[in-house]
Amino acid sequence: MIAPSAYLLLSAVLFGIGVVGVVARKNVLIILMSVELMLNGVNVAFVAAGSYLGDAAGGVFAFMVMTVAAAEAAVGLALLIALYRLKETIDITELKVLKW
Amino acid sequence: MTGVALLDQHLLSVLIALPLVGAALLLFFPRGGDGAIRTFTVLVTIAEFLLSLAVVARFDVATAGMQLVERAPWIPQYGISWIVGVDGISLWILMLTTFIMPITILSTWSAVVKNVKEFMVFMLILETAMVGVFLATDLFLFYIFWELVLIPMYFLIGVWGGERRIYAAIKFFLYTFVGSVLMLVAIIALYFHHHAVTGVYTMDLMKLYELTIPVKLQGWLFAAFFLAFAFKVPMFPFHTWLPDAHVEAPTAGSVILAAVLLKMGTYGFLRFAMALFPAAAADWTPVIAVLAVIGIIYGALVAMVQKDVKKLVAYSSVSHLGFVMLGLFAFNLQGIEGAILQMVNHGVSTGALFLIVGIIYERRHTRLISEFGGLAKVVPVFALCFMVVTLSSIGVPGTNGFVGEFLILLGAFKVHKWYAVVAATGVIFAAVYMLWMFQRVMYGKVTNEENLRLTDMNGREVAYMLPLLLFILWIGVYPQPFLRRMDASVNAFVTRFEAKKQAALAGSPPGETMLVRYFDVKKGGAR
Amino acid sequence: MVNGILDYLWLVPALPLLGVVLNGAVALFAERPLLLKEAGLPLPGGHGAHGHDSSHGTGHGDSHGEHHEAPAYRKLVAFIAPAVVGAAFVVALLCVLSLASRPADGRTFVQVLFPWIQAGSLLVPAALQLDPLSSVMALVVTGVGFLIHVYSVGYMSHERAFARYFVYLNLFMFAMLTLVLANNYLLMFVGWEGVGLCSYLLIGFWYEKRSASDAGKKAFIANRIGDFGVLLAMFLVFWTFGSLTYTEVFARVPLLRESGVLTTGLATAITLLLFLGATGKSAQIPLYVWLPDAMEGPTPVSALIHAATMVTAGVYMVARSSALFLLAPDTMMVVAVIGAVTAIFSATIGICQTDIKRVLAYSTVSQLGYMFLACGVGAFTAAIFHLMTHAFFKALLFLGSGSVIHALSGEQDMRKMGGLKKYVPVTFATMFAATLAIAGIPGFSGFFSKDEILWQSFSSPHGSPVLWGIGALAAGITAFYMFRLVYLTFFGESRMDPEVEKHAHESPWTMTVPLTILAVLSVAGGWVGIPAVLGGSNLFEHWLAPVFHPVAAAGAHGAAAAGAAEGAVHHSATLEIGLMALSVAIALCGIGLAYFLYRVRTGKPAEIAKKWPTLYDVVYHKYYIDEFYEWAVIRRIVNISTGLWQMFDALFIDGIVNGAAGLVRAAGDRVRRLQGGVVGGYAFSLLAGAVLLVGYILYRSVVQ
Repeated sequence: MIAPSAYLLLSAVLFGIGVVGVVARKNVLIILMSVELMLNGVNVAFVAAGSYLGDAAGGVFAFMVMTVAAAEAAVGLALLIALYRLKETIDITELKVLKW
Repeated sequence: MTGVALLDQHLLSVLIALPLVGAALLLFFPRGGDGAIRTFTVLVTIAEFLLSLAVVARFDVATAGMQLVERAPWIPQYGISWIVGVDGISLWILMLTTFIMPITILSTWSAVVKNVKEFMVFMLILETAMVGVFLATDLFLFYIFWELVLIPMYFLIGVWGGERRIYAAIKFFLYTFVGSVLMLVAIIALYFHHHAVTGVYTMDLMKLYELTIPVKLQGWLFAAFFLAFAFKVPMFPFHTWLPDAHVEAPTAGSVILAAVLLKMGTYGFLRFAMALFPAAAADWTPVIAVLAVIGIIYGALVAMVQKDVKKLVAYSSVSHLGFVMLGLFAFNLQGIEGAILQMVNHGVSTGALFLIVGIIYERRHTRLISEFGGLAKVVPVFALCFMVVTLSSIGVPGTNGFVGEFLILLGAFKVHKWYAVVAATGVIFAAVYMLWMFQRVMYGKVTNEENLRLTDMNGREVAYMLPLLLFILWIGVYPQPFLRRMDASVNAFVTRFEAKKQAALAGSPPGETMLVRYFDVKKGGAR
Repeated sequence: MVNGILDYLWLVPALPLLGVVLNGAVALFAERPLLLKEAGLPLPGGHGAHGHDSSHGTGHGDSHGEHHEAPAYRKLVAFIAPAVVGAAFVVALLCVLSLASRPADGRTFVQVLFPWIQAGSLLVPAALQLDPLSSVMALVVTGVGFLIHVYSVGYMSHERAFARYFVYLNLFMFAMLTLVLANNYLLMFVGWEGVGLCSYLLIGFWYEKRSASDAGKKAFIANRIGDFGVLLAMFLVFWTFGSLTYTEVFARVPLLRESGVLTTGLATAITLLLFLGATGKSAQIPLYVWLPDAMEGPTPVSALIHAATMVTAGVYMVARSSALFLLAPDTMMVVAVIGAVTAIFSATIGICQTDIKRVLAYSTVSQLGYMFLACGVGAFTAAIFHLMTHAFFKALLFLGSGSVIHALSGEQDMRKMGGLKKYVPVTFATMFAATLAIAGIPGFSGFFSKDEILWQSFSSPHGSPVLWGIGALAAGITAFYMFRLVYLTFFGESRMDPEVEKHAHESPWTMTVPLTILAVLSVAGGWVGIPAVLGGSNLFEHWLAPVFHPVAAAGAHGAAAAGAAEGAVHHSATLEIGLMALSVAIALCGIGLAYFLYRVRTGKPAEIAKKWPTLYDVVYHKYYIDEFYEWAVIRRIVNISTGLWQMFDALFIDGIVNGAAGLVRAAGDRVRRLQGGVVGGYAFSLLAGAVLLVGYILYRSVVQ
């Protein structure tokens, strides 16, 4: 049996990669993908904890997060396309004005 | 309940509500019908004035306390009630408010052409708020009306004002708001103090009067109230919002501001700050008297060198209100009665002065003194009115200004001899700046062609100026009806003030008063 | 109790007030539209008429001089204005006669009209008081006032704003009568400031002239400075005596004196402050500067207000308060010295003036100085006596000069007169009588009053030979400049503009009749006060005795004061006669000098001026006092005020206010930068926040 700490470690690593991606990358598409990575990192932790504690709540939360992630990806990508049409760029550093 | 019974038992509440009802009805008027809107508003304010005459008629001269009192629970679990009443202190300020309103509305006939309906709605809301301030004897209710005044006034300046109206409106709002917020804190502190002592939560002013508050607490609470009212009066050095607000406000706004809004400050001192915290008020007297005297001289001197007539009148208000403050803090009958009378006088004569300025501004669209000269020949009726109002502002005997100033200085002289002496020089300066201005505007040859085309006051303008002139002379020649109705209340105030002060001082360890302690220490050091 | 005519005392001030109302209505409803129409200005309400009238407007300036048929309203005004004052005089006279029929100690009649101001212990009624002192004043005011009203009808006949003029003049009469008839200080103050106001309005009557409105303003402000003193004096009086009513105040003097409340210092303070008011109203050093400028007003106004009545109000007030003044020897000395110095100081200025009215103005200042000299030495009767005779002869001099000016179409410069005797014989004769009176020629009214003052200033316990010397010298100078005026104006070669000379004419009867009546009074007016040493009975002193003597006798200094009033008893009659002769001789010297310089050696004055140019220049420019005040006071105040406004208000206070606003704004600006719109930055701060939070939680859990 794999120790719970290994799952948590994997979760933390996934989350960390996501964070670095969000903070460091300029491409909005990559950032969105990194956010997915972070969410999935959390999911791993939820599922692992649920299985370890024998509590279904962990799995339920993972599903919850997945639906939110799906919605987020849909809205995020739609915004991204609208943004690209308007500005012809998806470089996050170019998109810094608060209103236009 | 029939209408008569309503008036009979709820006269004061009706007085507060009537303008608000008028404002609500005004909303149903079509936007285009300016004439109908104006006529309706004037009728509402005249009805209000006639109704307030009933207050005078039913006012009992011999009663010192609140009269025509109405009380109804409002938020009973917090001890907040709708309590209104009138006494000799508030009677004439209330009358001034209802008297000046129709006059002001009449003056806007041709001056306000933009958004007439909104203007009139704001004016009526303002009237409700002002009447409420002077009638409320529940602290919470008072505070609501006090803040309610700010809103319509803010819009009156900000929408219908002159070029820098936004700056002036915000300055006006922030200045007065800063003070009021501190007052709110003090009100709440007082409220909890009352609970701590008696176990009862109440905002009823009459009950709060009964407290004997420890001297130290009095000092802090008085300081907060002082700031709120000093901003409003305005006392030197909190006065710089006034010239800006006056210059930018439309004529009607200036009239209301000068005639009534400033009185809220002085009235507040008398009704709340001094009455609730007598020991602290006595303690603060040196500071306030000095500021009042500085205000008198400073306002007069600065008024002298103004180039804009409205600014000049605004600074003269600082000077006049300094007299009122000096009278109040004399703590004797002459000083306080003089101060109350002078509040009314200042409302009448400075209100009239702003109307006068408005009349020429409407014709020439300038208020710079240098633009005028020689008007006496062109507009003689205007010149006559201007002269009478000028004399009243100077305080020439026979006009209202003299009676007020004399009583104030007489009262002040008894207790603060040297302050009164210095303040009396303000009487000289008043003559200097007013007559100099009058000379430059009215006398000499007409040098500006445009002034030759000026038309004299028309029937409407004479109609609203005449009552003001009448009161200027009436109060000057026969002030008895006014003074007599103040006597009982002011007498009671003075007596209670002294008793409460002694009680507070006796109940607290010596040396608790902030300022006196400070001065004592200094004196001790010198010895 | 039935008081007969005295119950109608209120009519005395009320009648002129009625005149104000009636003439005011005429001025407002009849004269105003007419004047506007003449000037081509728009009438209110009549917008249609506007263009029509202004097209005619320009032509009217020329037709100003020519006389249209007088509109009916002018006749109405010309009747009402003098009539109400005349009626007031009649009522006053009847009241005084009724008063005189009472025993000497019962000659104080008080009529309470209504309670005026009541606040606590302050009870001020609107009440009139007729006693010997106020009756003298009331008669002089209404009598001389009536004559001057009649004169004005003629003098102002070319004036367009005829009704407005008489409104002011009637208003003045009302205020002046309130002043003299009031039974308390506060009501007196109403009249006191009221006359100041009318003086302001009348000096600036021709308001289109800059110098006129300036002069009016100056008069009002100088008076206000004095009024400041009166105001403070009233406060002291009230808090000391608990009343402002004359009878009550003076009755309480002995009691408060004994109880030690009324110390000499307090009395000195009260009286000095009152005297400050008097220096303003009665144009004494240091506030005299407004009176010469006041000559900008119409000449009858100068006669009425700035010679006969208003300017003497200060003397009246000091005399009225004699009970207080006698308690303050220091004040008495100040009053006497200021009076004497003013008398000689302004007399010297009078020597060099070329404007006929200005000479008379300085002469008035000088004569008022005499009255204060008399007050200062405790000779209040003499002061009031001189006040009365001065009212006659100085009013006459002014009216005469007005007649001259009228004859010369407005010329006031004596250098452009000369030889007028034959053109205006009545004016000359009457003015000459007045000149003899003011010069103190025996037999004329001025002689008796002036000599009474000089004698008292020598013999009274408050007096001294120095004061007498100054007074006598001033009398000599007075005689000199008055005869200079007469010689320059009426004698010698004509120096008139030929154009003016052609039109020179004697004035109409409305002007010459008042002149004649005043001339009679100037000659005979002094005969009521012929001193005992000259075989007279001094009726005047006996009449005023109840006012000045009982109060004087009551105070601690009473004995001395009573002695002052009867000072003559202690000195020999020979001395009195001798001094009298000496002062007459000095006056004659002055006249002789004037004759020599302006009749015999007419070139000499110019030579003298050349010889001492600086001295002449300084005197000609009135010792540069106006310039000094301008520099030392007015400029300072204006500069300070501008500084306060621009530095303190705009920079300091608003600096703090706007600074606070700026601080908030600047802080906002800084904080704004944190939210620059770079999403990476937000994400990073999010991360940093999360790390800090988690770190803190871990740290807390480890520590505990």
